[in-house]
Amino acid sequence: MSTQTSTDPIVSARGLERFYEVKDGFLSKPKTVRALAGVDFDLYAGQTLAVVGESGCGKSTLARLVTMIEEPTAGSLSIDGKPVAPSDWASLRKSVQIVFQNPYGSLNPRQKIGTILMEPLVINRPDSTAVEREAKAREMLDLVGLRPEHFDRYPHMFSGGQRQRIAIARALMLDPKILVLDEPVSALDVSIQSQILNLLVDLQDRMGLAYLFISHDLSVVRHFCDEVIVMYLGRAVERASKDDLFAHPRHPYAKALLSTTPKADPEAKRERIQLEGELPSPMDNLPGCAFAPRCWLATEECRAQRPELQGETSQVACFHPL
Amino acid sequence: MTETTASPAPSASEARPGPFREFWFYFRENRGAVMGLWVFAVFVICAAFSPWLSPYDPTEQFREHILKPPAWQEGGDWAFPLGTDPLGRDMLSRLISGARYSFIVGVVVVSVAASGGIIIGLLSGFAPKWADSLVMRVMDIILAFPSLLLALVLVAILGPSLINAIIAIAIVFQPHYVRLTRASVLGELQKDYVTSARVAGASLPRLMFVTVLPNCLAPIIVQGALSFSTAILDAAALGFLGMGAQPPTPEWGTMLAEAREFILRAWWVVTFPGLAILVTVLAINLMGDGLRDALDPKLKRS
Repeated sequence: MSTQTSTDPIVSARGLERFYEVKDGFLSKPKTVRALAGVDFDLYAGQTLAVVGESGCGKSTLARLVTMIEEPTAGSLSIDGKPVAPSDWASLRKSVQIVFQNPYGSLNPRQKIGTILMEPLVINRPDSTAVEREAKAREMLDLVGLRPEHFDRYPHMFSGGQRQRIAIARALMLDPKILVLDEPVSALDVSIQSQILNLLVDLQDRMGLAYLFISHDLSVVRHFCDEVIVMYLGRAVERASKDDLFAHPRHPYAKALLSTTPKADPEAKRERIQLEGELPSPMDNLPGCAFAPRCWLATEECRAQRPELQGETSQVACFHPL
Repeated sequence: MTETTASPAPSASEARPGPFREFWFYFRENRGAVMGLWVFAVFVICAAFSPWLSPYDPTEQFREHILKPPAWQEGGDWAFPLGTDPLGRDMLSRLISGARYSFIVGVVVVSVAASGGIIIGLLSGFAPKWADSLVMRVMDIILAFPSLLLALVLVAILGPSLINAIIAIAIVFQPHYVRLTRASVLGELQKDYVTSARVAGASLPRLMFVTVLPNCLAPIIVQGALSFSTAILDAAALGFLGMGAQPPTPEWGTMLAEAREFILRAWWVVTFPGLAILVTVLAINLMGDGLRDALDPKLKRS
């Protein structure tokens, strides 16, 4: 994994928020779902930032904001030093691409692999010739480990792992600097997962890509990332380097999350922390820490006031860090 | 032989069947559909070559051969195999020429209704919610009328002729295509490949016509085949009511209407046009069922 860090972050987000209005019945007032309620992060070239958390914590919303599919409700996002406004989306699209979770839905079933790969070029570089586009697509096919004869086939003729390779190849067609990986391996078999992860590591080394890796699978994160953000209900609760987090999680939620990861060592003593209660609804805006209702360390202070992310190298949003 | 045949031949033209071969494979399974296809082929040939196939001009009157029965009946004449009508015109020639009108009705109605319906459906699938609701409510209103009644009203406004009947039927059929297209579009829009095209920067027209539309076509093709027959039936019904093709056009519905008063005296003048409509519509419906089986992945046994 690359340790090289350039000085300026390639993506930088400050207080990123995304709310959705939900109509609840015909006449009642629409409610606000705080899918993402203020997230900061910096992503450097050649590095991988993992975002982990349970379902509904805002991971995928974050991915949609960074890939400019949706506009943030508040907060600022800058890519390559330039602030992102909807008017610049078209020009910035080339530097951010995404790989989706389900490779069975992310390839157009009516297009051949060659067409799928060349489409980003047709759209974004209309002055390129058909020969150039094809050469580039074939090169990319080779880079992700597929054979040249796959060029003229349809997506339904491939396995999940191969489709995910095609999806990665398509994402790389525009030479992006940032790749958002939205659970890229969670739909694949374990044996295929490692192949895809190795491919991603290999591509990162070769092309100096920055990855925003969204996952709920901590064992994958452990092998793959430099820095980890743990999210809970739209907020980051802990941000730390991979080694720090796995060695010593400081937020109770991060610790609980880590304790549920299966370990391959049958001798190891497992202290699994069983959380009680449910994830609070993102519609009620709790005054205190969102995790307080399920936390075994919560005090009155936790319920009354929201802790902010604090710390230098590793940050945690908790009044009683472990 | 073991399964481990060394890595397959590297050519792109491998044994993988093309989309047409695959379609034919599934279509062939349905015998009714194949029969329907043959009957439809005969119908198309009659429509295309009617001036050469029919023994006489469909409007030529043989005054000395009025209401001749079919050739195999007593008093029949092999010069007029299916007999003649009250004005002495050859039934066979009129039926063959009628195929052409029915075919034109089917083709024009389906292409007008489908192209309009696809575009409206596609737009409303992509439109903001209020515009989508507006379009769909208008379509619901059109659908709330009994289709033949609405077509009658439209023809009454436009004036009775074959062209106006075609326009009226196309308008009546439009909402089916709109709903079908919109439903498929909404289904497809959820899928990641559409988002992927958006992230690649695809413009809205490209997203609509290149990315989404080809994935919505299968149900529309089936609807097209099935409404082809309904269009023929409705045109015949309008003709029968005197609101479609006008005499002496040898349109099947119009022929039925003209011959109504001879139903007891000369069975052949009503039976043959009726049979022609029945057989054609049945064949197209059977064919449409086969099309649906072959094109709809949900019904496919793999």
